[in-house]
Amino acid sequence: MCSLCGVLGGNEHWADAVARPGVYTRNVERIDRRRERANRVRIANGMLARFGLTISDWQGASFVLATRTGKSEIIEDLGHLWPAAERLCGRPCDPLDPGLIAAAEAAIDG
Amino acid sequence: MAETETTIPLLTPINLLTGFLGSGKTTLLARLLADPALSDAAVLINEFGEVGLDHHLVERIDDTMVLLQSGCLCCTVRGELAEAIKDLHSKRERGVVPPFRRIVVESTGLADPFPVLSTIKSDPVLRHHFRPGNVITTVDAVNGVSQLGTYVESNRQAAIADRLVVTKADLAPSADVSGLVETLRGLNPDAPLLLATDPSFDVGALVDENLSLRATALQSTRGFYCETPVQLATAAGGVHQSAVTSFVMTVERAIDWTAFGIWLTMLLNRHGDRVLRVKGILNIAGEDRPVAIHGVQHLVHTPVHMERWPDEDRRSRIVFIVDGLDIELLKRSFEAFALDRSPVEEAAVPKSSLQERQSSI
Repeated sequence: MCSLCGVLGGNEHWADAVARPGVYTRNVERIDRRRERANRVRIANGMLARFGLTISDWQGASFVLATRTGKSEIIEDLGHLWPAAERLCGRPCDPLDPGLIAAAEAAIDG
Repeated sequence: MAETETTIPLLTPINLLTGFLGSGKTTLLARLLADPALSDAAVLINEFGEVGLDHHLVERIDDTMVLLQSGCLCCTVRGELAEAIKDLHSKRERGVVPPFRRIVVESTGLADPFPVLSTIKSDPVLRHHFRPGNVITTVDAVNGVSQLGTYVESNRQAAIADRLVVTKADLAPSADVSGLVETLRGLNPDAPLLLATDPSFDVGALVDENLSLRATALQSTRGFYCETPVQLATAAGGVHQSAVTSFVMTVERAIDWTAFGIWLTMLLNRHGDRVLRVKGILNIAGEDRPVAIHGVQHLVHTPVHMERWPDEDRRSRIVFIVDGLDIELLKRSFEAFALDRSPVEEAAVPKSSLQERQSSI
């Protein structure tokens, strides 16, 4: 990952489940791969909703990140997600923000 | 040539030797260069003069490169490290130099080791031929405690180490050495710690991948040494300014890989320079085998799907070494965002299948 922008080249991101020996993967099959992408979009949306953003799959190759007003950006993988999200929503996306954690905890308990 | 080419690994590991100024790095380096264990290595150093190579020298390849008696290739870095490694790679491909199978890079005493690791991952040529190996950090038994208490760089070097080498232990009272070992354990709970003065000190163990936590070190019965957060104190007893802290999280509930990935990238995006290290073995929801993760600051190594669990404990264990982050918040954040939220009965590994598996082994 680039130490300046936190961006990693191509599809080399560690969280990507690529079918290569020694790499964590559940995506050997094409259908599974699409299913995993859909699942990823679902989970990422749960997180991004807290910042007023949505993400959707684009052609099984990239993701489109968008604000409620339609400002959008294409990202390649999850390594690009957070720098782009911060650019679009104009504030830091901090997982250690106490307010954010409290809201998530309330959602789990409720 | 054909048979030697097959012995070159697909991705050559680059080990990094670091340590504070005067911590015995060069002495260790001189030892490495003379040792047959590194006969298949190329060592990149800052200056030939420092290590005194003259009587080991077999052949001078060019201005920056020499071949040593031990079979080890030694070169100086002029300018960019990436260029030096690419030059080595090119020479190996052309058969100009012996086919080395690993690289050891000496870093300067004050340098933060992270940029070197980052270079390997981000350079388009390097990342297809090389991968990060071990980070070896030397700590001086005489001055180590006070350096750790004074200099942030020194803490960072110890925190990201895969191997800690305590040097000059013969020059320090044994109480000092044990004090230093305790401090280092607080900073970095799970890296193997070696004494350079130990007669059984094995140079090969420094670059040996098998000891590395990435794949198999967790197979030891005691994977982790530290259970509670350790707050570093300065030599004077005050709270340390850099507040490097390590702690272990043990997680009962299975981890959702995707949610964990999103959470960790989010954390590293915002706090990567303060998360010195993340290491762990994860129980992933829907998977029988554990996944080992290993990250240094912004850089996360490719996760390793382990063959089996090291013991009967199926809980995820994650070591965090952080610099000035609120641990309680980090734990709460992890629990809120990274865990599998499907009903526990489905997420947990069923006891019956566990027993079946054990009896079948």
